Amino acid sequence: MEKRYNDLELVLKSESLSTETKERVSKIGRITSLIFIYIFLIFVAILVIFPFYWMLITSLKTGAEIQSLQPTFWPEIIRWENYSDALHRLDFGTLLGNTIFVGIVETIGTLLTTIFAAFAFARLEFKGKDALFSLLLATMMIPGEMMVISNYTSVSLLGLTTSHGGKLAAIILPFMVSVFYIYLLRQNFKQIPNELYLAAKVDGKSDWSFLWKVMVPLASPTLITIFILKLMGAWNSYVWPNLIASGDESVFLITNGLRSSFNVTADYDEYGIQMAATVVVTVPLLLLFIIFRKYIMKGVGRAGIKG
Amino acid sequence: METKNNWKAWLYLVPVIILMAIFTFFPIINTIFVSFTENYNYLNGSFTGFTFNNYIDILTPFISGGGPGSTFEAVVQIALPNTLLLTVITVPLSIIIALAIAIGLNSIKFFQRIFQTIFFLPYVTNSIAIGMVFAVIFDTDYGIFNFLFGLDGHPWVALSPSAIVAGKTINYWSAVFAVSFYIIWNSLAYKILIFLSGLQNIDKQYYEAAQVDGAGKLKTIWKVTIPLLSPQILYITITSFIGAFKEYNSVIGMFGTEGGAFDASTGPRNLTTVVYYIYDQISGGKVHYASAAAVVLFIIILIFTWLQFKVSKKRVHY
Repeated sequence: MEKRYNDLELVLKSESLSTETKERVSKIGRITSLIFIYIFLIFVAILVIFPFYWMLITSLKTGAEIQSLQPTFWPEIIRWENYSDALHRLDFGTLLGNTIFVGIVETIGTLLTTIFAAFAFARLEFKGKDALFSLLLATMMIPGEMMVISNYTSVSLLGLTTSHGGKLAAIILPFMVSVFYIYLLRQNFKQIPNELYLAAKVDGKSDWSFLWKVMVPLASPTLITIFILKLMGAWNSYVWPNLIASGDESVFLITNGLRSSFNVTADYDEYGIQMAATVVVTVPLLLLFIIFRKYIMKGVGRAGIKG
Repeated sequence: METKNNWKAWLYLVPVIILMAIFTFFPIINTIFVSFTENYNYLNGSFTGFTFNNYIDILTPFISGGGPGSTFEAVVQIALPNTLLLTVITVPLSIIIALAIAIGLNSIKFFQRIFQTIFFLPYVTNSIAIGMVFAVIFDTDYGIFNFLFGLDGHPWVALSPSAIVAGKTINYWSAVFAVSFYIIWNSLAYKILIFLSGLQNIDKQYYEAAQVDGAGKLKTIWKVTIPLLSPQILYITITSFIGAFKEYNSVIGMFGTEGGAFDASTGPRNLTTVVYYIYDQISGGKVHYASAAAVVLFIIILIFTWLQFKVSKKRVHY
């Protein structure tokens, strides 16, 4: 009896030991794999940040320092003139004015068309609703280049490429509708309970006032997302404005100005000025991102979850 | 109530329908139409007749002769190979790297938010501006890339005066490497975001079940994470293929509006892409060529998308 008890204790003891060591081994494994993950992520983070860092410090270097054989990771002599030179070269006032004008008009136009269409698709009943919605979604599949060609012809036939105002209108008009945002907002509108709509009907509210008094405020996070993404889109747009302007610098947007003012040359005094110009173009976007981080990442991320 | 709403509903749709009729539906049909016209004049919309020659000219050497500077060379020997090459390099690599980063991000607790924000930065930048920064990084004489890797004076993007004196040329594959590097850098942000939000939606129970079954880390990733993430992977694969076929801004950003000029003995003479060709033809007034090339691009994208849906039917778990 005594012996058997001892045996049992021994078995228990050895087992508890082995589970302990097992746990310790798996803990060590977990920690080492975590260390590897952190090292990997830090490495990638450095790769991601490096171009921004390099742009910033190069924008402050003198031509001589850029050409030193031993690259410096912090400017020895800070040359702020790179920035004034860059702004002067870019004709920054005109570019900024054009970009902000185009961006604001485009964004407000898109918001209005999106709100109306999303409301119709989410709440109203009419013949051919599903067919029309599918047709709109189908256009997202078609590469924009197919449309750009004929749109270029259309705006010249409409006489929009001869005057300053016409060109700006030509830059804006095709981008006042976005099927993707209609889709995004429709999903959001659909989540608003139908009871609210019926209650508003009972109260004798019209569709119009229900849309503006109830739905738009409730969907405001999505609308803010659309607003910011659209504004960023205008800031980054290059191809279409470049085609419309076709060399007319008075209607250039910021990216067109940037690309046409600096070409790929190996004049090293230019590099500092060129990088100062890219800083000027990049920083507003980064600021916008830092302020509206939540809206931007949510809005961009939503596409994937639904896809 | 439904019939009462009817005409009002259309009223809400009027702005979208008008704008899309003019700037979306009409142009799609018109582009296909123009691609079959002869001597199309975009200024007044006139043309002299219908023909298949636009397609024959860009896809075969029979009309242009196929020599240097011909339409055939520009499309089939330069733009198409460049586009396909960039697609084949950047799409799989960026998806694999983004997946690894997203899985890594999902398994840490501390600093996850900060890493996530850093990795998203390239998404909110201007691709032309950062392309110019990469051109400086890959500079021949004083670029930091050559310095870090001890590649003294290797030309990647543009030739410096000293390199011209030394009789150097830009190797095509060097240029492809540099621009692929940039494209991958630029495209990771969106993919990481989508993958991470997919990973965060996976039920913890699956992982617990895998642990109970004694599956190792790599096995769990391969047998649990990847299959459960397959809808996101499919979505990203299709959208990145479409994006890569339309590559344009990154090339313009790095190599300027000429698309660079490389050593023709190692590959195509420059890095112009199909979309580059299309825009080039539009600004050159040859809209019928641009239209034919756009239709070809659309068909290529359609075939690839269809193929991916086919292949994925068995592999994707919804």
